[in-house]
Amino acid sequence: MDLNLQELNATEFPVPVELENNIAITSLSQLYNWGRRNSMWPMLFGLACCAIEMIATASSRFDFSRFGFEVMRATPRQADLMIVSGTVTKKMVVPIVRLYNQMPEPKYVLAMGACASGGGPFKEGYNVVSGMDKYLPVDVYVPGCPPTPQALLFGMIALQRKIDGQSIANGDDVPWYGEGPAEPTPVPVLGPDIIDPRQMDMIRRQAEVAASEMELLGQRELPALTQLVAAKVETAQAATAEAGPLDEDALSVVLPTGGTPWAEAEDIREKRRLRALARKALRASRRASQAEGE
Amino acid sequence: MENLAAAEQSVAKLSIEDSIEYLKSNHSQAIKLDDRDGYQGVIVDSDQLLDIARVIRDQLGFDYLSSATAVDYLGEGDHMEMVYHAYRSSGGGALVFKAQTDRDAAEIPSLVSVWRGADFQEREAWDLYGIRFPGHPNLARILMWEGFEGHPMRKDWREAYYEEERKPFDSRWPGGHVHRAEEKNVFGKNVSYPPDIDLNRLMDNSEEAVYSSLGLGVDVERIMDKDGFETNELVVNMGPHHPSTHGVFRMVLTVDGETVTSLEPVMGYLHRNHEKIGERNTYLHNIPFTDRLDYISSMGNNHGYVLAVEQLMSLGRKYNPPTYRCEALRVMMVELSRIVNHLWAIGFWLNDIGAFFTPVLYFIQERERILDFFEAVAGSRMMCNYMRFGGLFGDLPERIKSVSNLTNDRVRDYNTMQFLTEMINERIPRTIDELEILLTQNEILIERSMGVGILSAEDAINFSAAGPLLRGSGVAYDIRRADPYSIYPELDFDVAVEAEGDMYARYRVRVTELRESVRILKQILPRLEATAGESIWADGKPGAYAPRVPHGESYGRVENGKGELGYYIVSAGGRGGSSNPWRYHVRAPSFINLTPLGHMSKGYKVADIVGILGSIDIVLGETDR
Ligand code: SF4
Repeated sequence: MDLNLQELNATEFPVPVELENNIAITSLSQLYNWGRRNSMWPMLFGLACCAIEMIATASSRFDFSRFGFEVMRATPRQADLMIVSGTVTKKMVVPIVRLYNQMPEPKYVLAMGACASGGGPFKEGYNVVSGMDKYLPVDVYVPGCPPTPQALLFGMIALQRKIDGQSIANGDDVPWYGEGPAEPTPVPVLGPDIIDPRQMDMIRRQAEVAASEMELLGQRELPALTQLVAAKVETAQAATAEAGPLDEDALSVVLPTGGTPWAEAEDIREKRRLRALARKALRASRRASQAEGE
Repeated sequence: MENLAAAEQSVAKLSIEDSIEYLKSNHSQAIKLDDRDGYQGVIVDSDQLLDIARVIRDQLGFDYLSSATAVDYLGEGDHMEMVYHAYRSSGGGALVFKAQTDRDAAEIPSLVSVWRGADFQEREAWDLYGIRFPGHPNLARILMWEGFEGHPMRKDWREAYYEEERKPFDSRWPGGHVHRAEEKNVFGKNVSYPPDIDLNRLMDNSEEAVYSSLGLGVDVERIMDKDGFETNELVVNMGPHHPSTHGVFRMVLTVDGETVTSLEPVMGYLHRNHEKIGERNTYLHNIPFTDRLDYISSMGNNHGYVLAVEQLMSLGRKYNPPTYRCEALRVMMVELSRIVNHLWAIGFWLNDIGAFFTPVLYFIQERERILDFFEAVAGSRMMCNYMRFGGLFGDLPERIKSVSNLTNDRVRDYNTMQFLTEMINERIPRTIDELEILLTQNEILIERSMGVGILSAEDAINFSAAGPLLRGSGVAYDIRRADPYSIYPELDFDVAVEAEGDMYARYRVRVTELRESVRILKQILPRLEATAGESIWADGKPGAYAPRVPHGESYGRVENGKGELGYYIVSAGGRGGSSNPWRYHVRAPSFINLTPLGHMSKGYKVADIVGILGSIDIVLGETDR
């Protein structure tokens, strides 16, 4: 929401006639947020491929200055917004957390792209942090690999909306409006693998368990898949039952011409899947019989 | 005496087969032919590797070591292997030689004394494979941090989110029920610690390790200069967060006043395990991953990779080479990416030497135009994922349209060929003209860049520099000419080369290459028109999407915007070939071009360092992979 002068003038507070249109009455929070949302300076901070699209968003064709993200600052001390634009690696997360701690409050984090949001295509990598939110509080996630400049702009505007909803009267709302200085985020340590200081206790406990068995810490067995799936199906059914009968019309989607209709595509996929399962079973049985033969 | 010299001359011109023959007859005890199925080159006894390497460089004339990489043959002979690809800087194919060692206590003599370009590549092999290189001047980890547990590229090393050796994972296909990887880890992250971790004595000593490996003990050293004044030599860190490093690159410099006395690159801040993931992936999976290497010119990356896999596939029976139209389209896309790449490189280099963000805005504008075209053809602006084995993702569309316009954008609906013709014949040449008028004779630019960051021709070759860095040093080596591929032999263009070896020379090389690319594109247009309507697939329908690739090795290399991009691929496994690469290695020009950075920077001012780095033109996705 932006400040609209006309709206502001329509107030229940009595304003003398001669001052109307010259005086606006609003809450302090609103005024404060209005200033903040329209002067969000991002940090000049590129990590990977997404940074290139971020630069494209900053340059003339898309130009995020139009929305109040005036200029990128290379130093964290002049920045309000950290756009995590790319893959966060274990080696890099240490400086990133340090940079975040150096930003003055109020500060926001926008995770740009699949990598910063959840690891993205490189999630399984041994040096990759699967999502910035494992270490820092993230305000807005922008999906895409890379997100188009339009998507990034949309995410930035979403952040502005979020700011509109915050209140300086409520200390619980955001940490920096509360009392006293905020705690810095603990900086991770590069040991044999990356160590989050917040998990120290947990690691210690796990180490004790593992010491007896001499296994790598970290892996764990999950309940059998079938159970999990059944549970998921159950909750899904319960949810639909609760939601009541479906309004078919409301759900119908107009498909772009030329595409395979959804149901049909699903059907084809399911058939393929079954065929692959059958093939696999066949192969397994063949292998088994072969082993027997030997 | 003269006879001897003449004999050496002729040896230096032998063909690859004859060179191997020469090696075999003169050094029979050290050389063995590599007769594994689909393999090439020779296996050198690792005790004599150093001597043989000297013979290869000095007598046979293979002076350019393009790639040196390790392979772990666990279960396929149970040894480690270093694979070297050496070329002649005058052109021609590769002499491949290998050295083998045990998996435990792996050790192979370092070749840094022969080719300094092996420096970083050997450090990488130590870091990721745990092969020691006696004789290496600074064998420290390069991509991971000092203190990291294990050597992650070994076949028996498993990452925390490990699921299976190969994709597709059973849980996804045909199973279809997937856990989030986080759920499977107690810590909710991809971490795993050794069981004997001692948390009480835990220290992050990765930083100290960086400094001590550079021979820097303390931050400030007291030294006396020649006049007896006490001066301070200072250690300055630039990066990993620094506006000039083009990403998350880091340089540790020692400066004496403003003058740089030493510079050491520190990298790995964007090491996202491209190769480990690539070896789990199927061949097809890797194409979109290559986009994310040098993310400025994704089309070029695709091209190198499909060439490498096609090379292997051609060993098998069922293989259809790409059609002419397909090749023409590939070349067009690659040349357009080269234009994007060089515009970007020049723009950001200007940023670095002080023309802050004004010139680059003009270049980005031009780039947007090309990206629009990519988006219309491949579906994505940057990550095109366009090429396939033996073909392409799709032909050119009839019209270029887009629905995702911003309101202030002009509506996009053009006839594709018209759009291309206009772009190639008018817009891009106009931009290059503009660039030249404003920059090439610009007094400030010349003052800042002439005579700065000099790399001599011999050094450039010895350091395995590639691309504009090599050609800016007076070596006319362009893979499109030196070891041609695709339809380049029939295209008419010149190799850009400048002799000075400074920043300005590299700038001039890039500008000339822009013009040459336009020249190539102009020749492609009629070829596209002539083949209009023809299929991009050899038998008319998409094939080889998920190929089984025959046993063997291949090295596919292309001249990308940043230099020689090579893919070393090993396909191992049964007689039927494999669906996943056993080894997938990327010879990244950005990575290897950084080897001479320290050498080039010595003696210049701090402000020049930024420009020198910019003139190399690196991209971190490729440097760290
Ligand atoms: S989300 Fe995609 S584009 Fe962005 S950094 Fe990750 S891999 Fe690169």
